[in-house]
Amino acid sequence: MVDVTPEKIEHVGPAEVPEVDLYHAHSWWTKYVFCQDAKVIAIQYGCTAVAIGLVGLVLSWIMRLQLGFPEFFSFISPELYLQFVTMHGMIMVIYLLTALFLGSFGNYLIPLMVGARDMVFPYVNMLSFWVYLIAVLVLCASFFVPGGPTGAGWTLYPPQAILSGTPGSGAGIVLMLVSLALFIVGFTMGGLNYVVTILQARTRGMTLMRMPLTIWGIFTATVLALLAFPALFVSAIMMTLDSVLGTSFFMPAIVEFGEQLAYGGGSPVLFQHLFWFFGHPEVYIVALPAFGIVSDLLSIHARRHIFGYRMMVWAIVGIGALSFVVWAHHMYVSGMNPYFGFFFATTTLIIAVPTALKVYNWTLTLWRGDIHLTIPMLFAIAFIITFVNGGITGLFLGNVVVDVPLSDTMFVVAHFHMVMGVAPILVVFGAIYHWFPLMSGRMLNNAMGQFHFWVTFVGAYLIYFPMHYLGFIGVPRRYWEIGETSFIPDSADSLNAFITVAALIVGFAQVVFIYNIIVSVFRGEKAERNPWKATSLEWQTETVPPGHGNFGEEAPVVYRWAYSFSVPGTVDDYVPQNVHPDYVKK
Amino acid sequence: MEFFQEIRNKPWLESQVEIDNAREGGSYALPAVKVGLRVFLGVVVVVFSLSVVAYSDRMTIADWRPVPEPLIMWLNLLILIASSVAMQWAVINARRDRTPGVEVGMLVGGAFALAFLAGQLLVVRQLDALGYFAPTNPALAFLYMLTALHAVHILGGLVAWGRTVLRIWGGKEAHEVRMSVELCAFYWHFLLAIWLVLFLWFVIT
Repeated sequence: MVDVTPEKIEHVGPAEVPEVDLYHAHSWWTKYVFCQDAKVIAIQYGCTAVAIGLVGLVLSWIMRLQLGFPEFFSFISPELYLQFVTMHGMIMVIYLLTALFLGSFGNYLIPLMVGARDMVFPYVNMLSFWVYLIAVLVLCASFFVPGGPTGAGWTLYPPQAILSGTPGSGAGIVLMLVSLALFIVGFTMGGLNYVVTILQARTRGMTLMRMPLTIWGIFTATVLALLAFPALFVSAIMMTLDSVLGTSFFMPAIVEFGEQLAYGGGSPVLFQHLFWFFGHPEVYIVALPAFGIVSDLLSIHARRHIFGYRMMVWAIVGIGALSFVVWAHHMYVSGMNPYFGFFFATTTLIIAVPTALKVYNWTLTLWRGDIHLTIPMLFAIAFIITFVNGGITGLFLGNVVVDVPLSDTMFVVAHFHMVMGVAPILVVFGAIYHWFPLMSGRMLNNAMGQFHFWVTFVGAYLIYFPMHYLGFIGVPRRYWEIGETSFIPDSADSLNAFITVAALIVGFAQVVFIYNIIVSVFRGEKAERNPWKATSLEWQTETVPPGHGNFGEEAPVVYRWAYSFSVPGTVDDYVPQNVHPDYVKK
Repeated sequence: MEFFQEIRNKPWLESQVEIDNAREGGSYALPAVKVGLRVFLGVVVVVFSLSVVAYSDRMTIADWRPVPEPLIMWLNLLILIASSVAMQWAVINARRDRTPGVEVGMLVGGAFALAFLAGQLLVVRQLDALGYFAPTNPALAFLYMLTALHAVHILGGLVAWGRTVLRIWGGKEAHEVRMSVELCAFYWHFLLAIWLVLFLWFVIT
């Protein structure tokens, strides 16, 4: 598609936004701590998410040390191992990725990219972050209570989650459930802001079908989260009542250590349905913003318009809708009706159609593009490769007959780490390299960036490709130690040791990345105003980083979509969204 | 449905470009705060819907023993309806710029809401007095949980209600608080609808 803006068009005046609507800080505390500016809130979200994410990373190192070198680290008991598995999973999925994509990128990019001065409900937006922070602190508190954090696995399945044989079945599980409920309350506050700002606060000319795909991804993911998190909220309340008051929502009649408990009649499968009604859309809550961001990174760094924009929008919306009818493919071995399995296998395969459409369109966007292999571009390409790999193993697991023997093996661990661990985090890295100049006014160091990319990308494959093989030969997940198992060869131990070494090296690369950020904030090369020559509004601000209110006195007016790159007949290879057609150099 | 209409547009057509360039304002012809309330209520609907689904699933298990609805629950229903009517009365007065009417409507509506919450507490005490105890009876556990969830939402509404009443007492005129009054009333009607569904569900099951 080329730029089709007609030559003659009536001039549209600047959009003036009354200053009265804008929040103004009056003290250091309200400017930097209890701040209502979405950009500050975004950074607060980002720092908190990265801090708790580092805890999750360290937990994964300890788990890998145990798996790679069993009996070498005596302090890692079986109980501790299960607790670390649980906390690592929950931290990475909820408190890191969801918070980063929606809380951090959402807050920073939505107002800037749609041409708004701030979120529509700044006070509620600020509360959203503080409730999230409390949720993180409650989660961390569970490390210090008697019995430690819950070791029920990140899915928290009852009845085992609240039975005394499971580590952290006392205060640990209750704190986890309370923390999740708080997270959902905080997210709902933020989510309302994201959705309503996108729907109602766009600047003049910024129609829905001119929005960058990053915004489409964040918008759809937020809608999914607003509809899916209530399932987790309800199940968290019910399980808390089962645990604390002794109700039997999910607890069947059960004997524990020879003693008949007072529970009876509850349905553990009901919990699984509720959990996965949240859990599967959660995959797309993480993936859809990644899809959107990758689309923009590819287009900008290949100097080429995104291929099939309208199809990309529909695919994002379609994937979002379909993600609500596939949840039970996580439950093929739960004992549910086999006909359910047939239905959910079919819907799971159908969701591959719009997903594949996006992959084709990304590839076609690169076709004949002027590809610049910048760090963000490297991460974006790495995402496509990784997401395809992870997605293909998802087709395996989506089919009942293949899934049943592979359930609870390392194959599943490898699959979901590739598709919703490595792939989205590659996008997070790409996005940080891309928007760091906007947020700080400085560039990240390129050499350290190259090191970070190659070690992370290659290292991730060294970790997870062999893990698929371990799963195929039957190595189970969540086992502290395999021990002497007849069907598992000794080579599995060597492979586990290899994976651990690779994981530690990849972990080291993340330390370099964080060092790069800290150093570059203070001493990085000063960034130009629009270093990537992007067209979207966040790069068209008066100052970099954008000041309070984002756009100076006059809000921008939009005349085209965000993908006018290499337009035939124009001098520059990009035309920003807010340049009037009369001023486009031809 | 403006949203679905908009995403069917073809932004590359020249005719569409002209329309898009002049386009200003949100996707819906409503103030942002009203859109925000509707989105929030959508989330609340999902919370209660999933709870009712869980309730009906749990009912199919053999140990399910229905719980009788004390007479006071019917009275509570009438009180909640009266609360909603009073709130609507406040809205009508706000639209006619009659501040005293707004004040009366809001105060009566809030008082009825508080009476409803007190009545719900009485229901719990009566059921306890009748010898039912939550942990051993799933029907009662669901009734308590859903009642509490609904009550928490009413308490949240009372915070917004309190702020609006304070603004009226602080000298604001009807037209200045009209938006807040309309939002409160809309929320009240919504919570009445939710309670009607829950109450009918309790009665049927």
